[in-house]
Amino acid sequence: MRVALFVTCLADTLFPQAAVATVRLLERLGHEVVFPEGQTCCGQMHVNTGYPDDALRLVRRHVRVFAPYDVVVAPSGSCVGSVRHQHATVARRAGDERLAARAGEVAARTYELSEFLVDVAGVTDVGAYYPHRVTYHPTCHSLRMLRVADRPLRLLRAVRGLELVELPQAEQCCGFGGTFAVKNPDTSTAMLADKMRHVLATRADVCTAGDVSCLMHIGGGLSRLRAGVRTVHLAEILASTEANPAGGVAATPATGGAR
Amino acid sequence: MTETFLGMPATAPPGVGHLRGDEPFPVAARRALADAQLRRNVGHATSTIRARSAAVIGEVPDWPQLRAAARAIKTDTMARLPELLEQLETAVGRAGGTVHWAADAVEANRIVTDLVRAAGVDRVMKVKSMATQEIGLNEALADAGIEPVETDLAELIVQLGDDRPSHILVPAIHRNRAEIREIFLREMPGVDPALTDEPAALAAAARRHLRETFLSTRVAVSGANFAVAETGTLAVVESEGNGRMCLTLPETLITVMGIEKVVPTWRDLEVFLQLLPRASTGERMNPYTSMWTGVTPGDGPQAFHLVLLDNGRSAVLADPVGREALHCIRCSACLNVCPVYERTGGHAYGSVYPGPIGAVLSPQLTGVADNASLPYASSLCGACYDACPVLIDIPSILVHLRAQAPHPRGEAAAMAAAAYAMDHPALYAAAQRGARLSRLAGPRGRGLPPPLSGWTASRDLPEPPPQTFRQWWADR
Repeated sequence: MRVALFVTCLADTLFPQAAVATVRLLERLGHEVVFPEGQTCCGQMHVNTGYPDDALRLVRRHVRVFAPYDVVVAPSGSCVGSVRHQHATVARRAGDERLAARAGEVAARTYELSEFLVDVAGVTDVGAYYPHRVTYHPTCHSLRMLRVADRPLRLLRAVRGLELVELPQAEQCCGFGGTFAVKNPDTSTAMLADKMRHVLATRADVCTAGDVSCLMHIGGGLSRLRAGVRTVHLAEILASTEANPAGGVAATPATGGAR
Repeated sequence: MTETFLGMPATAPPGVGHLRGDEPFPVAARRALADAQLRRNVGHATSTIRARSAAVIGEVPDWPQLRAAARAIKTDTMARLPELLEQLETAVGRAGGTVHWAADAVEANRIVTDLVRAAGVDRVMKVKSMATQEIGLNEALADAGIEPVETDLAELIVQLGDDRPSHILVPAIHRNRAEIREIFLREMPGVDPALTDEPAALAAAARRHLRETFLSTRVAVSGANFAVAETGTLAVVESEGNGRMCLTLPETLITVMGIEKVVPTWRDLEVFLQLLPRASTGERMNPYTSMWTGVTPGDGPQAFHLVLLDNGRSAVLADPVGREALHCIRCSACLNVCPVYERTGGHAYGSVYPGPIGAVLSPQLTGVADNASLPYASSLCGACYDACPVLIDIPSILVHLRAQAPHPRGEAAAMAAAAYAMDHPALYAAAQRGARLSRLAGPRGRGLPPPLSGWTASRDLPEPPPQTFRQWWADR
């Protein structure tokens, strides 16, 4: 299948290893990956911070760049949630019904990684090998906006060598929430403290999720604690194989964890 | 098409009632977060209610259909609110009651005060009511020399403690029983000095204290959970029985009700009376459901007044996105699942309506500028939407209100600049390559300037990678 990668601005800029792993994984599964270079950001930060007018140009760009592709995949539940639930609203708010319709068409062809693998590619065992104790944080937007349900867990359970341990109160928000973490730093930190307590209680080596944004938040907190737990995007785990334990991802600094 | 524009409806007036806090949410939240006892009390209470509610909701096979039905009834009600309210007024009048229309808190307080004065009393007993909290009725009555006595146990604790409610359903959620015992010993006349902090002993002390009030007070003030337009029937649901005492014992009953509480038909109650107790207290049925229609000669209050309160609700109704907030049945399910509320408690929200629903309702009732920080008092995790028994899309309303909130000038400039750069890929890539952030931030981002320093106070920024994805892709 020919797949257009929607890399997301945060992964592109700060967590390229998650995006590289997505490419390696999809190619290993026999898909052709293309990267439309005109893409930048879905505009979620602007919409959620109260700047839908600024977001409009980003929605327009996103729709223009991705309209030619039959399948768009992103390693981010949050950004796919924005495409699916915000783009048409932003367009309609600006009175551009044509853009809203086109945004709806692009949204219908856009998938979060675990959705694509399980629902479109029809695979739960991607042939990965990852010999670590792992706990999974179901990020709010994957969980509630996209309803990815247990798709990521089914993918993780099929990974050889991986010991999956349940995260207590997994469905509680980690406290990131985009600019929420900046505008309400104390509340965000209190939420993060509980999330880290639960992650540490699992005694996992690795905390994984489908969103680099939440992982940046949790990983940033764990790093400050020097807790020794790494945060790793789901794609990096699924890209890892026995022959290529790093999943073909060039060595990049860990996202948090002990340094 | 011809349209007559009558002007935007007025919002709730400042200076009266409790819809505005003294400080922005982040500032008030910081103080609440520092109170370890408060965090333990609220965390314990919300997780207990959450578990109980989830269990009894799990017993109802058609819960999703009930929610959809409730939403449909509310949408229909809001679409023809003026017509339904007039129908209600006619029905109440036919049954011997009197309807008063209050445009705002000032007018509602004046109507109630005048009615109490006309009855010739200087003390009223009160059923727990969000509407009267909203308009600051107790303060208005006190100013007029009339003593309001709260009869709901939690509301009484708040009143005796000279405190403010912290939760819609459990106003004293932020207090534990040791604190309640201290308040009773200090403030309750004639209380047994040997009072223990056993819940049964505390309840018994309150009951003794209130019994005299019930039997000797001739006027009661209540709120209403529902009003049925076709019959003029008012309904209050409660757990303790104090409400029923207030609704049946006095000579005069005055009910203050937000105009959004009306439902079209008797049959519609069937849906809400199933949803409300399970979503709010985690009970299959609330212990007391009291309903009354006007007056009945020789039985119960012989004078009944219904005050229909707008206080900004018409302004909410005028917003096609925000009006959904008026569907709220005040069950507080959204508070109990909200990770922000769980950690800050209700006082941080400034308004009598705390938590997610308060974050969308209060700014709309007052105008967003008067509660500008509340739409941001959420991480948009969406747990509230999942919990809401009437399917209010709270996250979408929060985002909608953020677009109306006044923005700091620096933030607006930064957002516009970011959007411009992100709309020009070459500029965007150059900004990425510049890695200015890393130099600005210092090791692990600890040198970031405010407001970003809020982030790095407790979290490390990731080290900037040697190359962006875009560079990797170009090089491969």
